[in-house]
Amino acid sequence: MEKHMKAPFDKEAAKELRAGDYVYITGTIYTARDAAHKRMYEALEQGRGLPFDIQDQIIYYMGPSPARQGRPIGSAGPTTSSRMDKYTPALLDLGLRGMIGKGKRSKEVKEAVTRNGAVYFAAVGGAGALLSRSIVDSEVIAYDDLGTEAIRKLQVVDFPVIVVMDAEGEDLYERVLNSCQEET
Amino acid sequence: MRIVNVKDITRNVKEMCIEANYCLTDDMDQALKQAVDSESSLLGKQVLCQLQENLKIAAEDQIPICQDTGMAVIFLEVGQDVHVEGGLLADAVNEGVRQGYQEGYLRKSVVDDPIIRKNTKDNTPAVIHYDIVKGDKIKITVAPKGFGSENMSRIFMLKPAEGLEGVKEAILTAVRDAGPNACPPVVVGVGIGGTFEKCALLAKKALVRPIGQHSDIPYVKEMEKELLDQMNKTGIGPGGLGGRITALAVHVNTYPTHIAGLPVAVNICCHVNRHCERLI
Repeated sequence: MEKHMKAPFDKEAAKELRAGDYVYITGTIYTARDAAHKRMYEALEQGRGLPFDIQDQIIYYMGPSPARQGRPIGSAGPTTSSRMDKYTPALLDLGLRGMIGKGKRSKEVKEAVTRNGAVYFAAVGGAGALLSRSIVDSEVIAYDDLGTEAIRKLQVVDFPVIVVMDAEGEDLYERVLNSCQEET
Repeated sequence: MRIVNVKDITRNVKEMCIEANYCLTDDMDQALKQAVDSESSLLGKQVLCQLQENLKIAAEDQIPICQDTGMAVIFLEVGQDVHVEGGLLADAVNEGVRQGYQEGYLRKSVVDDPIIRKNTKDNTPAVIHYDIVKGDKIKITVAPKGFGSENMSRIFMLKPAEGLEGVKEAILTAVRDAGPNACPPVVVGVGIGGTFEKCALLAKKALVRPIGQHSDIPYVKEMEKELLDQMNKTGIGPGGLGGRITALAVHVNTYPTHIAGLPVAVNICCHVNRHCERLI
């Protein structure tokens, strides 16, 4: 089913989404990948705060290529989410509502998604040029020294994603594999 | 003896890094177009259409096809009658990578040490493989390799008794385990035989073979066809969201090996299977 939604979004809005839905997101999202997650996790361990208020926000696992002059961003597709699994449950417990990436997640992430009523979306891997056109503004807000891995605040318009894991724990990747096993 | 100045190497490598990241080779382009027609799943078709649109935008906007513009893997086939002057060959290649990734707005994704992990900020060093061949030319192949799919690649040191069936099962296991993570539809490069490192190199080289070109060895050719068919029955599909087109091609290279061994390397590449060749 095709849906349009605003970001950030709350628990009630998350409940409306089902694994397999094709969703166009408009609003504000944040980027963070390996190095930024490691730093945020360390900050939490040391009792320091996160560099942005994570409540109801979406994190996009993405490190862009450099922007040409006059453009907000370069190529901007998702990276593999599972590398963030170690750090993700703690962020979900703090109110993170959505994640955009690609690929399978751990059992711990899945449990934290259902525990907190969050959603895991996939964007199409390797479609970085296409996805860049849905990003209208980009600003580095933390960890500038990490270059492509810095945390960016993005403004997106109709950013296309697919719900892989919904708030009830239904998982599209698993559904695909199970339906195939039934056939063979 | 023919003389080649390192400046020519640098200039070519620079241009090739940019070219490879902005547009795919015709055979890859063709394979992806055909995939749209062959896919039966609705979501799968939608993903494949997005990939078509993505290639169009990359060319129009002069922007990388994928933000992971890879670690630069470079194959050099150096004719033994060539003399390189003006500096070290490896330095010339790395300078080309440095300039190409800077001028082409490509992402710098290389860290200086696997544990300390400080970005080198110019995407060097490249991974360079040299072959000394007949003649007085240098063939350069630039193949930027993204790590979403590189991370899903595997090496299996099988027992000879496991034979052809064991080899096929190992290859299919790697593709099944990779699932959505490797950005399907994938191209699968396989190396069988040699030693631990030789089979990995065979697999890497198999990825730059033109799509649709099969091995000359009859049983290997059959295996390539059968494996592609099997992969496209896993149900993983485009983007791992379900469908028929999980792989675009399977390329297998073989090499003599030891009486005690049967090494198999499976190098998976996403649908952005980039490479660019020049003869200078």
